[in-house]
Amino acid sequence: MNQDVYVVIEHLQGKVAEISYIMLAAARQLAQVSGGKVVGVLLGQGAQALGNGLGADSVLYVDHASLAEFNPDAYLSALSELLAERQPRTVFLGSTTIGSDIAGGLSIRLNAPLISQCQQVNAEGGRLTIVSKICGGKIMAETELPGTLTLVTMIPGGYPPEAGQGGGASIEMVAAPSLDDLRVTLSGYIEPEAADVDLEKEPFIVAVGRGIQTQDNIELAQTLADLLGGVVAGSRPIVDQGWLPTSRLVGKSGKQVKAKLYLTLGISGAPEHIEGITGSETIIAINSDPNAPIFGVAKYGVNKDLFDLIDPLIEKVQAAKG
Amino acid sequence: MNIVVIASLVPDLVEELEIGPNGTALDTAWLRMVINEFDDHAIEQAILLKEKNNAHVTVLAIDQDGIDEVLYTAAAKDANRLVKLVGEFEEGFNSHALARAFAEAIKDFAPDLILIGVQAHTNIDGAVGPLLASMLNMPYVGYISGVNLTDGAATIRKEYPGGLIGEMKVNLPAVLGIQASEQPPRYVAVSKVRQAMKTATIDEQDVAVLDQSGGLAVSRMFKPEVTGGATMITGSEDEIAAKLVDLFKEIGAL
Amino acid sequence: MSYNTIKSIVALLAILVSFGIFGWRCYQFLWLNLRRGQPSGNFGRWGERIKGLFVFVAAQFRLFRFRLPGIAHFFIFWGFLTLSLTILQAILEGLLAFANPYFILPFFGEFGPLALLQDLLAVCVMIAVGYGLVMRLFINPERYKGSHKNQGVMVLSFIFTIMFSLVVMNGIRLNLGTDPVTSQWRPVSNLVGSLLAGLEHGTQEIIEQVAYWIHLGVVLVFLTELPTGKHFHVVTSVPAVLLRNLEPAGKLPAAPEFDGNAGVSKVEQFRWRQMLDFYTCTECGRCQDVCPAYNSGLPLSPKLLIMGLRDNLTERGYALRAGAKNSILEKQLVGDVLAEKVIWSCTTCYACDQECPLFIEHVTPIVDMRRHLVIDGRMDSELQDALSNLGRYGNSFGQSDRMRARWTQPIEPKIKDARREEVEYLWFVGDYASYSPTLTEITRATAKVFQSANVDFGIMYEAERNAGNDVRRAGEEGLFEMLTEKNLAALGKSKYQRIVTTDPHTYNTLKNEYQFDGDGHPDILHYTELLDQLIASGKLKFSKKLDYAVTYHDPCYLGRYNGVYDAPRRVIEATGCKLVEMPRNRDCALCCGAGGGRIWMAEGEVKERPSESRIREAVKLGVKCLVVACPKDVTMYRDAVKTTGFEEQLVVKDIIELVDEALGMPVTKTEIESS
Repeated sequence: MNQDVYVVIEHLQGKVAEISYIMLAAARQLAQVSGGKVVGVLLGQGAQALGNGLGADSVLYVDHASLAEFNPDAYLSALSELLAERQPRTVFLGSTTIGSDIAGGLSIRLNAPLISQCQQVNAEGGRLTIVSKICGGKIMAETELPGTLTLVTMIPGGYPPEAGQGGGASIEMVAAPSLDDLRVTLSGYIEPEAADVDLEKEPFIVAVGRGIQTQDNIELAQTLADLLGGVVAGSRPIVDQGWLPTSRLVGKSGKQVKAKLYLTLGISGAPEHIEGITGSETIIAINSDPNAPIFGVAKYGVNKDLFDLIDPLIEKVQAAKG
Repeated sequence: MNIVVIASLVPDLVEELEIGPNGTALDTAWLRMVINEFDDHAIEQAILLKEKNNAHVTVLAIDQDGIDEVLYTAAAKDANRLVKLVGEFEEGFNSHALARAFAEAIKDFAPDLILIGVQAHTNIDGAVGPLLASMLNMPYVGYISGVNLTDGAATIRKEYPGGLIGEMKVNLPAVLGIQASEQPPRYVAVSKVRQAMKTATIDEQDVAVLDQSGGLAVSRMFKPEVTGGATMITGSEDEIAAKLVDLFKEIGAL
Repeated sequence: MSYNTIKSIVALLAILVSFGIFGWRCYQFLWLNLRRGQPSGNFGRWGERIKGLFVFVAAQFRLFRFRLPGIAHFFIFWGFLTLSLTILQAILEGLLAFANPYFILPFFGEFGPLALLQDLLAVCVMIAVGYGLVMRLFINPERYKGSHKNQGVMVLSFIFTIMFSLVVMNGIRLNLGTDPVTSQWRPVSNLVGSLLAGLEHGTQEIIEQVAYWIHLGVVLVFLTELPTGKHFHVVTSVPAVLLRNLEPAGKLPAAPEFDGNAGVSKVEQFRWRQMLDFYTCTECGRCQDVCPAYNSGLPLSPKLLIMGLRDNLTERGYALRAGAKNSILEKQLVGDVLAEKVIWSCTTCYACDQECPLFIEHVTPIVDMRRHLVIDGRMDSELQDALSNLGRYGNSFGQSDRMRARWTQPIEPKIKDARREEVEYLWFVGDYASYSPTLTEITRATAKVFQSANVDFGIMYEAERNAGNDVRRAGEEGLFEMLTEKNLAALGKSKYQRIVTTDPHTYNTLKNEYQFDGDGHPDILHYTELLDQLIASGKLKFSKKLDYAVTYHDPCYLGRYNGVYDAPRRVIEATGCKLVEMPRNRDCALCCGAGGGRIWMAEGEVKERPSESRIREAVKLGVKCLVVACPKDVTMYRDAVKTTGFEEQLVVKDIIELVDEALGMPVTKTEIESS
């Protein structure tokens, strides 16, 4: 039985995605208990160099033109063949726009169980379990990890990416299967419009969520942001409504920000949003729900109705500016 | 053009979620079920495609308490056909079981396109869409926020981090996991839904057995610890505002 | 052919043409167009209706709300009525000229006192018309904006001319001795005649006939013009007042059974009674003057709305009868004729309906048009969200129904559950009072005050839903029905004798629109009415006498809609406060801007919010406190105090806070500086 732990490396436009390192860190923890090696699985074209810097024992690299950028049909075919042959104990994929597209297909083709939304691997007393975060971050579900081929999709938050970085992994070329007759083709990427604001570079961000209630109220956030020399951002519901342009979206499908100050108004803290903010230095969350998941991630929290707080806050900030 | 859209209910996160007595599942007494937001977007996308391409839209769901209203609301939005899978579901169902049940039913519909929400927040064994696609031997792409239909193919927009969009061409028939419809789900007046309840019919189809294999049993369910989370700032609004100003100064925003 | 024969022929032709055109237009507008309209139900209560004719038509009651224009119109109206006999005289004189050139109307043409009245009224009318011309040409108040000024000036000139030519004719007849009434009965005509007395007999006769033809001619031209604009009210005002709506203002007409379409998308889908309203508009603009939306810079003017509906009804009438495909028929009622923003700007405050001298209903056509927009999904995303939340959770906040009674947690003893225990008063708390953090203190204070007065009360806890008043006015009739069903089911299971509520909107719909089966409609009280009763009966005794000078804002749904003005005032005075009235008080109070679902919508471009205008009005009085009796007023006015920068000068308090303080152990914290 193969006790190796495989990690499907995600990359986009020539860069390895952070989730790959996070998965490698988890894989390392798992491998230490199960025995076996941490193996990175890299699909691409001329992308061998991406294998450097991975905290893996070895890297399997499949090279094919159709694998240059992510293509769900191509990746699914290539991976199912590779994994069916090698039958590792566990395969990590990102719970992302890349990994989630193919994990299910792999589960059916390989007849292997699938556990999703994994944040943490637990190895207490030699018993390996996967801890998943579900229901908007409000519930944790723990599942025992079987001893045979199991697929696990992973979300960030359980491991620092640095723990999955390394180097010197040996790279083994694996022959690509024939990838003719693909049912999906990538036409190209559409870059986000150059926006007035690049959230990834902003040090001070005031972010609004559903709790802001109306588009007009976003003005309050703008006033505060202006006073702090910062900008306004929003969570998914705000942008879907058109109350803020997509350039201001923070989260899984938006920007991942690394602000010095990330102040949230009425954001509950769904995992998709959390994914965009964990790189920030100081998160201060204002939410009237004491159980809002954002309080688990923020450095400081205020359990008050934002509309009761915002005016005294703006006043005091104005006074402090003199 | 034959479109099937799949909708399910999930626990409403507005309510407090409690763990059930055996510690492995949610306490159903406290649950209010609501349509999975992404499935709502999928229905909207299907209706938009019907308006643009004159498609036939079938809404497919599994029997849950409250699913009828979701189906009738879809009918009020102009969906053509409503199908509900019924059977003995006491043990609940995971994504694999749902995918198998839907796959079985869909075999008779001969759809060109299947739309489903990209995920549901209760998923522990993955999302239904990719599983369903594999069972039907159809291609799958998820995180979609734009769909255009041409001859025998769909041109889709797939969301990547940072606002990046990937444009892909998918051969039909295919399963698409919808992240967001091209416009927010429309409001349907209660009168129209009530009228649909009188005029529309829901076809019921039996599901023999729910096969949950592929998903694993949860051994423990618990609420995440909030301790180790935020340091809470308390007091009156004025006191809190003053403390926040101090923090802002520390951080350098003031 | 003699002059008199020609006179008869010309008069006959002119009268036929004029009456013909007038009759034809009346037929097209008031018969053919109105016939397309929906049924308007039975009328009944004829005694009351006829009494209304005396009060509102004869006595011109509502017109005096604007003093000088009211006086002027009073004289124009009575002058017109009294002098209509002189028009009859002129017509018969013309038709019979070939037989009797000196025809005089039997009795009425010979009765001295009547002649005197007519003479004096002619002068009054000319003065009134002069005032009207000054208003239109020089003063030009805001409320005339959008009205047809030229038409107004033309008609005023017509009336003046008719009066003046009459006086000239009479004056000359006195000179020539052809008037059976002696000159002391016609002092004004006599005066004018004396100015012409020096002219030759023949010249005077010519002038007399010229004056006659001008007199008759202008009358006949005016008659043809009458149906085409604001002066149609001359014909339509009597049926309009006679057939006015006698149902309570706060009771919207029921929607017909839903058949896939609801509300009005084409003007001919209105009820014929509404169409009569459109033709009754005088374009006076009083409604526009008192409209909070219009005065805040939003695109709604109730006057322009009715005028737009009138003109669309007329042009569609023509187009439909012409049969051919017509670009007029392609125009969408909401979209092309009236912008969607116009329809959504209304707060349903009823100020326009209250002000209109001819009882034109502005709110019901707006709600009818909204009903259609809702079916079509044409509303802003914020309103959609609010309605979705109301449908799913029974409140517009999107919070769980289980959280509705969370405010009760610290209250000891625990408030009774009316679903389980019998209570005397079932307190229907309302959404804002239950869910809005700004109001929690006030709601708790209300409970405390009830407890201090030993009121036997209970609430329905999480079974309560939004009462639906504003859902209905936003046009979501189906959701309103659903909410009423749920509330009535919960009320049906509860045991109580009376219902009390803190929210005037809830009060309005429970009182006027909810159909209680079985034991009949229970008494519905606003909490100020209950407090008033408790104070009067001695059950609520104050230990402290507050000496603040305060002012009071009459909530629209308590005051204008339901006539409750005095109870809150008595309560305020009972606490010892000195009440200084707002300049716009009672049925003239300016709406805070939250009603009609507006609080759930995107604000739009406003120049000055109605709530801000009210705050400025209150501050000018020099009082330190604005007292309100509606939870939405608390929210709106506290915000407005901040946005206008008057936090140091004015504090907004709910009546219950004064009562609480006067009881000696206040729960609420906001303080008023003693004056």
